[in-house]
Amino acid sequence: MSAATDAGGDPAADGGDPAEGEEPATVTDAVVGALQESDLRIVGATMLAMYLLFLVLTVASEGIGPRTVNALVSTWVRLTFLFAAYSTLALALNLHWGYTGLFNIGVAGFMAMGVYGMALLSTSPDAVSGMGLGLPLPIGVVGGMTLAAVVGLLAALPALRLRADYLAIVTLGLSEIIRLTLNSATLSSWTVSTFGFGTGGGSGLDLPDTPTDALFAAGGPLDMTFPLVQTSVVRRAAWVVVMAVFVLLVYWLLRRVGNSPFGRVLKAIREDELVAQSLGKDTRWFKIKVFMLGCALMGLGGILWQGSQGFVSPNSFRPIVTFYVFVAVIVGGSGSNTGSIVGSILFVGLLFEGPRTIGSILGNALELGGSPGTFPAAVAPLGSLDPMPLLAYAVGNISAFRFILLGVVLVLLMQHRPEGVLGHRTETAAAVDLHRSGSGGETDE
Amino acid sequence: MGVNESLQRGRAAVRGKPFLFLAGVAGLVLLADLLARLAGVEVPITAERSFGGSLSALRFGGLVWNGIVVGLIFGLAGIGLSMTYSILNFANFSHGDLVTTGAFTGWGAALLIAGWGGSSAGHLLSVRAGSGAGPNAIGASVVQSPLAILVGVIVAAVATVLVTVAADRIVYKPMRDRGGIPLLIASIGVALALRYSIQFVYGARNRGVTATEGVGVPFYGVSIDLHEITLVIVAVGLMLGTHFLLQRTKLGKAMRAMADNKDLALVTGIPTERVVTATWVLGGALAGVSGYLYVLERGTIEFNLGWFLLLFIFAAVILGGIGSIYGAIAGGLVIGLVHEVSLIWISSDFNAAAAFVIMILVLLYRPEGLFGGVTTA
Repeated sequence: MSAATDAGGDPAADGGDPAEGEEPATVTDAVVGALQESDLRIVGATMLAMYLLFLVLTVASEGIGPRTVNALVSTWVRLTFLFAAYSTLALALNLHWGYTGLFNIGVAGFMAMGVYGMALLSTSPDAVSGMGLGLPLPIGVVGGMTLAAVVGLLAALPALRLRADYLAIVTLGLSEIIRLTLNSATLSSWTVSTFGFGTGGGSGLDLPDTPTDALFAAGGPLDMTFPLVQTSVVRRAAWVVVMAVFVLLVYWLLRRVGNSPFGRVLKAIREDELVAQSLGKDTRWFKIKVFMLGCALMGLGGILWQGSQGFVSPNSFRPIVTFYVFVAVIVGGSGSNTGSIVGSILFVGLLFEGPRTIGSILGNALELGGSPGTFPAAVAPLGSLDPMPLLAYAVGNISAFRFILLGVVLVLLMQHRPEGVLGHRTETAAAVDLHRSGSGGETDE
Repeated sequence: MGVNESLQRGRAAVRGKPFLFLAGVAGLVLLADLLARLAGVEVPITAERSFGGSLSALRFGGLVWNGIVVGLIFGLAGIGLSMTYSILNFANFSHGDLVTTGAFTGWGAALLIAGWGGSSAGHLLSVRAGSGAGPNAIGASVVQSPLAILVGVIVAAVATVLVTVAADRIVYKPMRDRGGIPLLIASIGVALALRYSIQFVYGARNRGVTATEGVGVPFYGVSIDLHEITLVIVAVGLMLGTHFLLQRTKLGKAMRAMADNKDLALVTGIPTERVVTATWVLGGALAGVSGYLYVLERGTIEFNLGWFLLLFIFAAVILGGIGSIYGAIAGGLVIGLVHEVSLIWISSDFNAAAAFVIMILVLLYRPEGLFGGVTTA
């Protein structure tokens, strides 16, 4: 947390990669260095810090009373939900960008493919909006991930030849094409008449219940009232546990991939594609495979996140979602799996949920009264030295501030700490892991 | 530009040929279909689909005209994007929000002059952020207040230039020697900050701006929109001006030299920083004016307007070849025409997607642009 805020304005952190074994130059570096001993500890500490921050914020907004516990647990569950959602996506993006150097800014589109693929297979045929085949959920999830991977393949086959900035524009264009296509009313009715399933167009698509919901159904093992917290919160928490398991699985998978000979080639491509080619590696094929894997994981992330809310519409997949995931990866430092998770936690806590909560607390605490409807109405009283309307307006429009803050953080990070809060943690492309003996198989890909 | 790269490009072109061939065939079929439709010939193929059909020349002409109007906007905004892309070597994702900046500041000034005395200055300057006098009461149109519209153009240019140069000083200048990707990411940050600052000041409401009274003029049986005529005149004028600036002045020569070969330009003694600033000034001004003109044409304004245009502008720039301003203009016209004329075949759900598909195809098969990669001006 302190690292994130320090990093922005710290000119000493500017510049190239600090050499290995160098004395920590700044307080930030020293703190980070001490924390770096254990990845698990960093993640745990960051999460704990966020929970404590929101404990304070919740108590500040709700006061202490009988409903505080429910509000607090509900906040924590929502936080953890977003931690897990962004972590999955950030890990997948890190596989593309951090490991292989593929600048994919079409994350939202691949998420959409995952969710819609899952829904078209698993939503029941008599859903209110949209129509699916009603197949079991695991088939839907695998199908959605496969669809995302196939779309990734179609994009990757030609696009991976391109320069990084062209790839960025192509993937952004692709994600917009996907969103516009899903939004289309024409396609919605056409698919129903032709294939027997429909996207629902702009009015969205009903999704199957999450598997954990069965636990709370009438007659299920958890069909009861809970002390202090509402059932809906516990229900949500149960799903969040499932998501956390998936994050661990993805993390484990990516570690395996990263440490395998396959992963070493990926890092070599990131460092210098020509060298990797000279060593006889068909880099194009590697890039296609890793692009598909990352896209499938983005599809999974989409399913876990947008796919778990009972309903989805194309509006959930605007390009801004991609930029959120990007900020999470950049905050944590691209190239590091742990960094992606830490970055997601910091992003959700400090940049995404934090400003909104603080805004509502300020709004309540200051008793600002009605916020003026427009900026001129808010500024005009400044002439008579009355800043309150402007303040009320600012608090009322805190969501705009959240985006401005996001933009400023992005710029400051790129200027002063492009390697992210955890410092330079990009894994080396060396064949032999210097910290561990006998890691990785020796079979060639 | 190593041998390897050109080899790769050559190989890519060969590999791309079957697809190019297919694309060419598809284009010919569409052209034949279009001609058949215009001639009123219909050849049924299946029960639902048929080749040809009927399409009145009037509707076709209207679509082409709309395409040209929108295309000029894409092209005008694209000039700046193309120049910064080639001179500073990064894709500026905040360019769309510069377009929005010009739209709001310019229309604030135009409404202030057009509606002077009739409504509060705050209401006018904030481009009708709250409730108050409606667009027709304010009367901002070429017919009722040509001076206000003209002043708006100038204010849009000046204000956008100020924002652009400030962004360069604060954000891009300290990272001048970084690669394209860090600058690209920083420009996404600038885009977010700028867009939501605009939302904070001007509000998120999509609202009408221009007065419509007397703007449509009958002309030999068709109605001509004077705002569109204004747009075409101003846009073409600015494009010509840019052409002369680049070809006839020393500054233009320096800019072209920078775009061509930065190191050589440095060695020759060109003050690169000054040229970079001039590039931002020119690009920002054109972006701002294009946003202002876009609102003149469509009549409504919202804070997302430029962001929605950004991909089209990118498409125009890529189509014409990055670095070429003539390419950007031609690319803008092509994308504009694709966007409008494709409505003959596909529903309006997909015409934006069609423009993006064209962009992606060009990036994949002819990344140097349709006009053969002339990178100078």
